[in-house]
Amino acid sequence: MSDFSKDGYLNMELLRFTTAGSVDDGKSTLIGRLLYDSKQIFEDQLEAIEQRSSQRGFEHVDLSLLTDGLKAEREQGITIDVAYRYFATPKRKFIIADTPGHIQYTRNMVTGASTANAALILVDARKGVLEQTIRHSFIASLLQIPHLIICINKMDLVNYEEAAFEKVVDEFKQLSSKLDIKDVSFLPISALLGDNVVDKSKNMSWYNGPTLMYLLEHLHISSDENHIDCRFPVQYVIRPQQTEYHDYRGYAGRVSSGIFKPGDKIKVLPSDEVAIVKTIELFGDEIPEAYSPMSVTITLDRDVDISRGDMIVRENNVPNAMQEFDVMVCWLNTTPLQVGGKYAIRHTTKDARCIIKDIRYKVDINTLHRNEEDKNIGMNDIARISIKTTVPIFFDSYRKNRHTGSIIIIDEATNETIGAGMIV
Amino acid sequence: MILYHLNHLRELEAEAIYIIRETASQFERPAMLFSGGKDSIVMTHLARKAFYPARIPFPLLHIDTGHNFPETIEFRDKMVEEIGANLIVRHVQDSIDSGRAKEEKGPNASRNMLQTITLLDALEELKIDAAMGGARRDEEKARAKERFFSHRDEFGQWDPKNQRPELWMLLNGRKHQGEHFRVFPLSNWTEMDVWMYIAMEKIDIPNIYFTHQREIVKRDGMLLANSEYISIRTTEKVEMMTVRFRTIGDMTCTGAVLSPANSLQQIIEEVAASKTTERGTRSDDKRSETAMEDRKKAGYF
Ligand SMILES: Nc1nc2c(ncn2[C@@H]2O[C@H](COP(=O)(O)OP(=O)(O)O)[C@@H](O)[C@H]2O)c(=O)[nH]1
Repeated sequence: MSDFSKDGYLNMELLRFTTAGSVDDGKSTLIGRLLYDSKQIFEDQLEAIEQRSSQRGFEHVDLSLLTDGLKAEREQGITIDVAYRYFATPKRKFIIADTPGHIQYTRNMVTGASTANAALILVDARKGVLEQTIRHSFIASLLQIPHLIICINKMDLVNYEEAAFEKVVDEFKQLSSKLDIKDVSFLPISALLGDNVVDKSKNMSWYNGPTLMYLLEHLHISSDENHIDCRFPVQYVIRPQQTEYHDYRGYAGRVSSGIFKPGDKIKVLPSDEVAIVKTIELFGDEIPEAYSPMSVTITLDRDVDISRGDMIVRENNVPNAMQEFDVMVCWLNTTPLQVGGKYAIRHTTKDARCIIKDIRYKVDINTLHRNEEDKNIGMNDIARISIKTTVPIFFDSYRKNRHTGSIIIIDEATNETIGAGMIV
Repeated sequence: MILYHLNHLRELEAEAIYIIRETASQFERPAMLFSGGKDSIVMTHLARKAFYPARIPFPLLHIDTGHNFPETIEFRDKMVEEIGANLIVRHVQDSIDSGRAKEEKGPNASRNMLQTITLLDALEELKIDAAMGGARRDEEKARAKERFFSHRDEFGQWDPKNQRPELWMLLNGRKHQGEHFRVFPLSNWTEMDVWMYIAMEKIDIPNIYFTHQREIVKRDGMLLANSEYISIRTTEKVEMMTVRFRTIGDMTCTGAVLSPANSLQQIIEEVAASKTTERGTRSDDKRSETAMEDRKKAGYF
């Protein structure tokens, strides 16, 4: 398809980002602006929001209406869940996990952040860094979002002054020294008027940095994945019931991390059997190298007993295999966490059960203070807990590997996902 | 390091294959809904990739409104034959005949709503616990919050307030007896991604996606194909036009667009320049601003 690559379509990368801000900081307006200025708004969508803007008696088309979701929320005038939006430029396709800034919705931001390459955090230039800013930045660092973009919004309301911008930057830098953030950028913008969103502002000649769109298009994301530690959780075993493939055994899955090649000496967990990768394939095509996040099928040079939930790794680089470990957990349910409680967990493609041994401390997400006394972990709380699992879990710390370092906790009675865990 | 990065279509492909494999693993009796439209064709292609060289390990289920473009059925049967898939068809007509569903009246009558009844009956009859659909989050705003694994209660209903959070790619398909899931492997794809992927993978699609001459009736700003399934009002006239379809559904509510595009490259250029959403060509969504959301709650795809 050479004609398509000429257009650059096939060289586009995918960037997932999440947005956070306090209510009224301008998050919806900013997303609306990104969609609008990148020409992703269709006439029928625009008509719908024009109609609603005028019904509500607004002078201008309210771009924030573009990101409104379901009926109930429209009636209440708030967004209450994670909604996904899409836009593309010739360089990248973007997936926005749009999460509300409402106080009780930590769980939504955690959900949106779990797959994000970048987080956009809005700060009102007039108000500076608030408790919510701390909370959002903490979640971004806890979830190990590789890139943080602090959008200092409503610059038009502070006369586009550099001092106002610098003040917020200083406040943020003080706070972020306590956090584990790899890459942070600061942008002075006006979401309402469009300054430095897609087009460079004519009102802030003192600012020489990129616009938000330029930054989103150029963030260096290719090193966000772990390409060192080879981990391949087996998802499905392919055994064709066709005579021509009688002896075929393919181990299907998605590479969590590392680079797999034919000829690699591998080890299968938990059996500890070793083998050599014969082929890596997809739909009959042989693949020379497989890396995260590719979905492939691996065949081996010998018969090994492998089933779903097993993990293929390199012989000389294995993950931890333990039954007792600590996780940072974000609680997602109104039923509180119970010490001594038994839950189902899912880790990569493996199911297990666990018992909660201890709550080490709860984090006050507004002050980042650790509270060792408060053992009451309810909806939206974040805590460090110790768990014991029924079978060994093959994990890396979440800091090293987002895929093999994460678990979800499931209520065995209701089957709901009630906790998100990051292995310490 | 740039070498170790997938382009966006390959990343979406990897994600969809992961979801399809997860569905095959976590559920006892999954099925893939097949409408004959491009999204379900792409999804079927991804299912083949996911399990190759084995055949697709679950049936394709077509809920047939009986108001099909003949080209769709021809395409469906040829494809099923080629890939050796197991196709199950359930007919809205049977639901009507048995009194389970009631045909709408009037010139705008459509069987689109009735599909839900036939679908839910089929899921129950066949004991399907996960139905994969080709719906995408970019199609309509009620879909923007849809999960990959969308939980439905015993009545097939979708409760937007009671959906499980989805973190990382850890999908939770646990359920009680009688409940089931809808699964959407193409959630993160846009119309453009689907077309680009079809071009990249050279996937066959029904020829009515490309330009052709057809008898058209203009109704409520839509270009409807003339067929035995719609009644022409006296004020309306049937005209020959050069059109193609952006989506393919029930003939009575799928609008055509004027278009000379006869190659994928031209379609992609057209989509890039297009000023209306794809669902803007569907009269079923024009009924009210929350039409889709209401249908989803009732158990629609
Ligand atoms: N002056 C000014 N107002 C803004 C700007 N961005 C957003 N607003 C206004 O702030 C209010 C809240 O914005 P909205 O996007 O709904 O905030 P959200 O709650 O964070 O989604 C609205 O009245 C916006 O028009 C900005 O850059 N400058």
